[in-house]
Amino acid sequence: MVADFLLAAAGFVLATVAVGLVRILWGPGDDDRIMAAQLLGTGGIAVLLLLGQVVSLPAAVDVALILALLAAFVSVAFFRGTTRSETDRA
Amino acid sequence: MAFDTGLAVLVLGVAVWTLAAHDTFAAVIGFVTYGLLLALVWVRLAAPDVALTEAAIGSGVTGGLLLGASTRLRRAEIQAAGEKPGATLRFAAVVLCTLVSVGLAAIVLLLPEPAPTLAPQAAASMAATGLGNPVTAVLMAYRAIDTLLETVVLLLALVGIWSLAPDGVWGGFPGRRHQADSEGVLTFVAQLLVPTGILVGIYIFWVGSVAPGGEFQGATILAAMWILVMMAGLVDAPPVSRRWLRLLLIAGPAVFFAIGLAGFAIAGAFLAYPVDYAKLLIVTIEIPVTLSIAATLALLVAGPPERAPK
Amino acid sequence: MNLAFNGLTVVAVSAGAFFFMAGTVGLLRFPDALSRVHALTKADNLGLGLVVLGLLFQVEGPFAALKLISVWLLTLLAGATVTQLIARTARLGTSPF
Repeated sequence: MVADFLLAAAGFVLATVAVGLVRILWGPGDDDRIMAAQLLGTGGIAVLLLLGQVVSLPAAVDVALILALLAAFVSVAFFRGTTRSETDRA
Repeated sequence: MAFDTGLAVLVLGVAVWTLAAHDTFAAVIGFVTYGLLLALVWVRLAAPDVALTEAAIGSGVTGGLLLGASTRLRRAEIQAAGEKPGATLRFAAVVLCTLVSVGLAAIVLLLPEPAPTLAPQAAASMAATGLGNPVTAVLMAYRAIDTLLETVVLLLALVGIWSLAPDGVWGGFPGRRHQADSEGVLTFVAQLLVPTGILVGIYIFWVGSVAPGGEFQGATILAAMWILVMMAGLVDAPPVSRRWLRLLLIAGPAVFFAIGLAGFAIAGAFLAYPVDYAKLLIVTIEIPVTLSIAATLALLVAGPPERAPK
Repeated sequence: MNLAFNGLTVVAVSAGAFFFMAGTVGLLRFPDALSRVHALTKADNLGLGLVVLGLLFQVEGPFAALKLISVWLLTLLAGATVTQLIARTARLGTSPF
């Protein structure tokens, strides 16, 4: 019963966040793409946690943990990639 | 059922968009998103070890690698945009990709029921290795030779990247020196996130013997944390000619190989473990391998040397 | 007791899902980068936080609960960093570095 609800909630969050993917498509700037990717990351983590509970897979929380850490890493990498400061000594 | 269909459609949609994206940066964002969704798919298919690896290496570190590449190629990209391949070449590529995809789908759909699998035998022999996670048993006991060769391949990739350095900066510092902003956001994040990340990395590595996890996933997290600290400007990348760095890089494969050779003496074959000491030997291999892979991955993302050594 | 926990889970997760939807709508409809970033952080903060809260009632053992909360805190940290950087770029019009 609760499992059905959690699966439905996971599907809803996934669908909602997928709509946000439109921002990745349209832009208009790189900033908007980064934001949409961030939203998808957070939504993905939520879906993972819900899914993990539905299929009784405690390791899904570990995957979410890794995703959260690497989302931070990739976001910083996006910024370092798009903006090379003049103070960077080559 | 609806959830699965929705997820599959989403994955395909993101994949198609990534291929059709206009510039490399957008394509890399699409690729990272695709990796994230794929991790979801793996969890749905009850394969958490693969999901962990996909999230860590397939999406995170590879995304960082591609980003670095796309930044380096930015100048060349404008020039390359005018050199699109001709219509016949693109048509041939489409045909080839379609054939491969159809072939793979056919193989998967035509598998006999139940599909042939070695999973029961793998699980049955686990007790001899002292491990609780069958995936780790496969990686470190049954097919340890593959894992050993993977570590060597990573090292070769690193050597390949280092060989791209121009003569003047041979053996120098990889990448640019980032300025640290002591009041800034990145410094705050690095100081808060990195210790947590290191803890999580060690946890994921350690829990791999009884639950999904293992040395590759743990090493990837450690590597990501090192790269984060480098990007925040708090430490500089070490010059690639430093002896301690090179020793760190080869420590893992070297210990692996040594224990493999010792297997001739103590258990009768290369990389064989005596039953009572199997878990001890596996852990002895895993610790240096984790550190080496972490260093290798971090240096892979850092790139070829760009500044001369002092 | 179990029924009460299940009820709390349903309420919390529904609220969380609502905030995800609100975040997405904000991301798509708000006019400029700064306000979009504002909507985005609501999804991070409240959306994921409420989902985690709901799931806390379902897991067994303190370690699993600790992991769930850590996921939320790490996501908050990552989200705060990115939105700060984006906001600085949008506000100053230049690189934040």
